[in-house]
Amino acid sequence: MRVTFTANGKPVEADDVWEGESLLYVLRERVGLPGSKNACEQGECGSCTVYLDGVPVCSCLVAAGQVQDREVRTVEGLAEESGDLGLVQQAFVDAGAVQCGFCTPGLLVQTDALLATDPQPSDTDIREALSGNLCRCTGYEKIMDAVRLASARTCAKAVSE
Amino acid sequence: MSGTRTIQGQKNLQNIHQASKDGIGGSPLRPDGTLKVKGEFAYSSDMWHEDMLWGMALRSPHPRANILSVDISEALKVPGVYAVLTHEDIPGSKYYGLEIQDQPALAIDKVRYHGEAIALVAADHPETARRAVKKIKVEYEVLTPITTEEQCLDPETYGYVHEPHEYKSHGSGNICHSQKLVSGGGVTDEIRALADVIVKGTYEVGMQDQAFLGPESGLAVPAEDGGVDLYIATQWLHVDRQQMAPVLALPEEKVRLTLAGVGGAFGGREDLSMQIHACLLALHTGKPVKIVYSRDESFFGHVHRHPARMTYEHGATRDGKLVFADCRIVLDGGAYASASPAVVGNAASLGHGPYVIPNVRMEAIALYSNNPSCGAMRGFGAVQACFGYESQMDKLAAELGMDPVELRQINAVTQGDFMPTGQEIDAPAPVAELLQRVKDMPLPPPLDLENLDVRTLPGALSNTSHGEGIVRGIGYSVGIKNVGFSEGFDDYSTARVRLEVIGGEPVAMVHTAMAEVGQGGVTVHAQIARTELGVEQVTIHPANTEVGSAGSTSASRQTYMTGGAVKLAAEAVKQALIEKGRRRYGWEHKDITLVGGKVVSETGGVLVPMVDLLGDEAIDLTREHHHRPTVPFDKETGQGFGHVQYTFCANRAVVDVDVELGLVKVVELTAAQDVGKALNPLSVVGQIQGGCTQALGLAVMEEIVVKDGKVRNASFTDYLIPTILDTPPIPVDMLELPDPHAPYGLRGVGEAPTVSATPSIVAAIRNATGLALNRVPVRPEHLTGTL
Repeated sequence: MRVTFTANGKPVEADDVWEGESLLYVLRERVGLPGSKNACEQGECGSCTVYLDGVPVCSCLVAAGQVQDREVRTVEGLAEESGDLGLVQQAFVDAGAVQCGFCTPGLLVQTDALLATDPQPSDTDIREALSGNLCRCTGYEKIMDAVRLASARTCAKAVSE
Repeated sequence: MSGTRTIQGQKNLQNIHQASKDGIGGSPLRPDGTLKVKGEFAYSSDMWHEDMLWGMALRSPHPRANILSVDISEALKVPGVYAVLTHEDIPGSKYYGLEIQDQPALAIDKVRYHGEAIALVAADHPETARRAVKKIKVEYEVLTPITTEEQCLDPETYGYVHEPHEYKSHGSGNICHSQKLVSGGGVTDEIRALADVIVKGTYEVGMQDQAFLGPESGLAVPAEDGGVDLYIATQWLHVDRQQMAPVLALPEEKVRLTLAGVGGAFGGREDLSMQIHACLLALHTGKPVKIVYSRDESFFGHVHRHPARMTYEHGATRDGKLVFADCRIVLDGGAYASASPAVVGNAASLGHGPYVIPNVRMEAIALYSNNPSCGAMRGFGAVQACFGYESQMDKLAAELGMDPVELRQINAVTQGDFMPTGQEIDAPAPVAELLQRVKDMPLPPPLDLENLDVRTLPGALSNTSHGEGIVRGIGYSVGIKNVGFSEGFDDYSTARVRLEVIGGEPVAMVHTAMAEVGQGGVTVHAQIARTELGVEQVTIHPANTEVGSAGSTSASRQTYMTGGAVKLAAEAVKQALIEKGRRRYGWEHKDITLVGGKVVSETGGVLVPMVDLLGDEAIDLTREHHHRPTVPFDKETGQGFGHVQYTFCANRAVVDVDVELGLVKVVELTAAQDVGKALNPLSVVGQIQGGCTQALGLAVMEEIVVKDGKVRNASFTDYLIPTILDTPPIPVDMLELPDPHAPYGLRGVGEAPTVSATPSIVAAIRNATGLALNRVPVRPEHLTGTL
């Protein structure tokens, strides 16, 4: 089948899609967006998290056909239009929250979604919001630091604007 | 440029000697960080090639069976299938292995574990490959698996995993490897009589998985010269190639490996997984072949941490001085040897912990069984034993009525003491101080029943308690780990450093074959080059087999070994540049060095900018770094200078236990570790926190459940690793006591916390519940008395 949708603001089209393919597979193997990761492919690890019509989802659990005519935003769409890192991306680098980095794309999308609804989450709020994203390297401490940093920068930016 | 410019004055000299803030000791950001947060870092599973095929393996559903026949004819008929291969299609040697070549690349006539690869398919789509795999017909004669210690040690009754004539190790029966150790007077009745108090215990450790997030994957591309190029996630490119080339019947130079992005490793990529399979398919079809394991295949596709059964006996005087310690450690190595011999060596030599014990006996063995193969995982043989000896320390403290930290401190090793192997600890060993440091850290506030947030309690989002039935406990532990390969192994590292002018600036390039698996070695290499060469711009060449071996990214060794090689190569480049200057300018200063892009001297000031001295020439030098030699342990006595370096970590765990439901929440997990010298403090702390968290997983949740040789939980739904809600704050107290034998005085950091933290958590749960808890992971049924 053919699937057409919007990925990071641009129209994309994938041909010869087998009906059993996930959105994750189509992104990674058919439309050149391998940033979303394939760590468990059963919705447990959050590495494949993308926005689907503005809502974070595990793209491994979304059948490709379900995204017809819908909007997908992936980790590749989190940077500024200038190409500079987005605020959440920069915070993860600065805080040392990236080691192997395989969980990072999903965590970035989930953190972006958290701060969009709650710019000043408590530590427990952060832990709850990110509890669906597994990381095996960091012990999460630097990820907590990154989210706190991103939150502080988000608030500082809001004040300056 | 000619002549020498000299700047006079102390002030200016201070300025020109200002080392780069991004040199060693700083925390510059990862050079791969930007790509990783943009989703543009190419991991092994992201590799893509036009016309590539997808490879997939057929795996055995039985842990032990004879293969009577394999019929691939139906699979070959599936449209889109390009090849179906069995062991008969292997052009070279059919066996490989890290230490003992006992593992067939594809099963030959029998399978020895659940999930063993039997046949391979290459197809145009992963689903096509999956369907074709299902059409391969294998006729099995299913045999009763050999799975328990009793069965393994009675091969006459239960059979052999490997027939006696197949043994390629020094093992026998179903024993893959064994190591004994005796020191002092050993453990005899006379020695026992010297102790006022004796405590005994039997402890078990379940099978833990590395559970790296990036699945085994890679892309093999056949080359015009008949060779193959493999883009792969691994821990050691050169040892992969060494094992692959004989199977592919190719000379090593035709098997070229380039490191693709690695999504974590933790020991699980020390053995081969899909490397040979992808190359066999690529060479057979003449097309690029990509293999990406699913998560369940990943559980079958790599070795795990050895499950262990350990019997300990400790004797002490009434005032708490250890008199003797006796131990037997049985590790289940599973079907193939992998790294079992080295794991046994670690268990035997480190299995009595960082304590001074006048009389010691130890026997450690690894079994062959029809359980999943076990090998390297972070902590490597030291993890299991630490749970045993630290549980014993708590038991002994209780028996003596002593404070458990004080008991440990009374017996802690320090520099100048001897390990039970007879090896002197000839570097700082601040074991007692590390314990004091975690003890002195402020405790987290007590449970506040008035202002509860259920998300912070055991059960968390499941909303299982509002404070009722919750009991707090505190526990301590300390552990010891070796750094680098041991027992006479020369795991040298190679580094190439090139210095040249690019865009008007001096730029260093560092080229090694080090596997960057997330630890941040690439950051540290750039820091070393900056410090040694006085440059700001450093590029890291992709890791590949064009340069000599960097050894394995394991054993906490990469900063020590390959970092050390980068230091040697950079020093050589620096000397070559200074010699060039001496020849050109006739400098006679004895203290010439490179700082801030300039050649400088304390006495002569700025001599010349590096760009002027370099001109169009590049200085490009390669150096090997060998650690000091070690020797194998004596087979019977375990004596020998076997380890390169020791590393120590102490922990304090604070837990809340829901004693009615058996749920545990680790409230805080404090670590104190001597890191010698933190080359990159941000990364070092990240390593310690990550290491502690894997230990937390082993303490309360992680285990591959194997029943009758079959894996029952090969998924992230059923094999649980800690989430951010399960993981507490992990305060880290970092001590920096330089090791005189190591580059910059550094100490490997990655593994010590994974060794030491598990027993502190179990001790805290014991403290809360009063239960004995002789097995990890501690599960709810262990706490509620339902088991």
